[in-house]
Amino acid sequence: MIRYIIRRLIISVLLLIVVSAVTFGVFFLIPKLSGTDPARMYAGKIADPAAVKAIGVKLGFDKPIYEQYGLFMKGIVVGRDYNAGPDVDHCPAPCFGYSFKTDQAVWPLLLNRLPVTASLAVGAAVIWLICGTLAGVISALRRGSILDRSVMVVALAGVSLPIYFTGLIAQLVFVHQLHWFPGGAYVPLLQDPGGWAGKLFLAWVTLALLYAATYARLTRATMLETVGEDYIRTARAKGLRERVVIGKHAMRSVLTPLVTIFGLDLGGALGGAILTESVFSLPGLGKLSIDAVGQKDLPIILGVTLFAAFFIVVANFLVDLLYAVIDPRVRLS
Amino acid sequence: MTERVKGMSTELLAETSPAGAGSPGAQPFLDVRDLRISFGTDDGLVKAVDGVTFALARGKTLGIVGESGSGKSVTSLGILGLHRGRGNTHVSGEVWLDGEDLISATPEHVRELRGKKMAMIFQDPLTAMHPYYTIGAQIIEAYRIHHKVNKSVARQRAIEMLDRVGIPQASKRVDDYPHQFSGGMRQRAMIAMALVNNPELLIADEPTTALDVTVQAQILDLIRDLQEEFGSAVIIITHDLGVVAELADDILVMYGGKCVEYGSAEEIFRRPEHPYAWGLLGSMPRLDQEVRERLTPIPGTPPSLINLPSGCAFHPRCQQVGRDGIPCKTEIPTLDLGARHGVACHIAPDARRRIFAEEIAPNL
Repeated sequence: MIRYIIRRLIISVLLLIVVSAVTFGVFFLIPKLSGTDPARMYAGKIADPAAVKAIGVKLGFDKPIYEQYGLFMKGIVVGRDYNAGPDVDHCPAPCFGYSFKTDQAVWPLLLNRLPVTASLAVGAAVIWLICGTLAGVISALRRGSILDRSVMVVALAGVSLPIYFTGLIAQLVFVHQLHWFPGGAYVPLLQDPGGWAGKLFLAWVTLALLYAATYARLTRATMLETVGEDYIRTARAKGLRERVVIGKHAMRSVLTPLVTIFGLDLGGALGGAILTESVFSLPGLGKLSIDAVGQKDLPIILGVTLFAAFFIVVANFLVDLLYAVIDPRVRLS
Repeated sequence: MTERVKGMSTELLAETSPAGAGSPGAQPFLDVRDLRISFGTDDGLVKAVDGVTFALARGKTLGIVGESGSGKSVTSLGILGLHRGRGNTHVSGEVWLDGEDLISATPEHVRELRGKKMAMIFQDPLTAMHPYYTIGAQIIEAYRIHHKVNKSVARQRAIEMLDRVGIPQASKRVDDYPHQFSGGMRQRAMIAMALVNNPELLIADEPTTALDVTVQAQILDLIRDLQEEFGSAVIIITHDLGVVAELADDILVMYGGKCVEYGSAEEIFRRPEHPYAWGLLGSMPRLDQEVRERLTPIPGTPPSLINLPSGCAFHPRCQQVGRDGIPCKTEIPTLDLGARHGVACHIAPDARRRIFAEEIAPNL
């Protein structure tokens, strides 16, 4: 088991290194291919060539790509000093560099936005996991009934309707027409828990609908497959109540694929739900990245991308561990 | 009216049925009468079991023999009430277990009996045991459904049972998962799980099919020993005549959802009368005789239960069909329950015996 954990951990770290190298490479190449000098982006429009060159040297843009990547990684791990002559800027670890547009350090920006995205992702995840799984189980047990068909229609709608549609309709109906939920800006949880939940609720449901649909379909399919298994018949032959047969024996098997996709989905959502955050004006990572894309602010896009990749890799690692806990056959092989 | 009919059939059975029925007059421990189970499917009605009648006394063993799809497994699931939940199922007939009719009993009552009074051993213990729970946990669960004891008592019982069925180091292996056991060990564990509540009726559905030959013999020995020890009635379902030859007191041969021949094991091995039973014997390798040139398989394939052939369901594959102008293709032969040895065949009893003695037996 320990060896399994260590192996997974090493794989995760390697994966992060590969992801960072590829991402860095892409973001290094974009300015090169489009003929823009990153130093100029920092310098602004009115700067003279000498100033641009100085900035380029200070930020290391004159060095070859592998050296720049090395410095970038070093910045993330131990921090980095930008110096040109007497002028030293210290960027503490983890250093993701500075925004082209505002010269702000990227890392504090990411940290700043994380609580919003985390609030959205975790709240939605709780809803989609519970509702999706329940809907799937009920659908499978009442296969072919009107209930089953309705759940599947809603699920189909959930995966097909885009967030910018459902999100806007939800806001229009529940905020502007019915006034069930407050509009306005995001409120931090610690400042006003009620306002936080009130503001986020529609966003949770909107984002959850998308995922819950997938979960309902997956749960239904797995459940239908599982109840046909021999060991479910054995459980019944032992004299177990149907409640236990389904709730314990069948659910145990349904749980395995659910845990896998739940981990990955939650990891993905923590990297920022761009559409949901945009539609509900939530100042999270997704909003940060879409704004950065609009302004061609490469360091921020790079930072958000790596941050999101980090969550997915960590989620992947946790899923692998959980998998071993759930499925004894994984544990021992 | 119903009363009278019921009374009559008991009498009839007690007088005439094979050894399993026990002493005349008393109702046998297990008494299955005209059991019919059908499933509605998109393709049509599947008559999986179509009027099966047999009786079994405590301590006796019945072998139900037939090819895949002959209805033998559904018969056993029907006794346990496990055919339910397969969608559009229709059941009729009677299953009397120790004086109670399970078909008319509430599903909840049948559930209480399941695992306690009647238990089942399934064919493939790898798929029949839950892969995510330890062997011990599964046996403990089976015990605690029917006994209000705490976990450590149940665990002790599980270890005891595993030890009894011949699992070495049972107290250690109790915490293993099914995939850590070999096929034979899993089947032993399955048997331990089925027997943990001392069931009075044990149904073994192809208990040795998934195992290799040396292990098969061990498992059959084990079932026989345990039957003697616990005095249970046992039903062995198999397509392997060798298995029933080892264990069974009575044999019921099924074809196309119907019972085509029913009698004591000795009768059926020595003087089988149904052409299908002849075919089964002809396709069985025997170690006690000189090697025959080759085995004689039954031509053709088992019929679809949705669309059975007209008349005798076996007629398209029967070597004797149409002999002496008998109506094989048009009339369904009935099982003659009046005889100790019941056969559902249109050929006259004397003629059957003659054909077997003169034409079939010499080639077996």
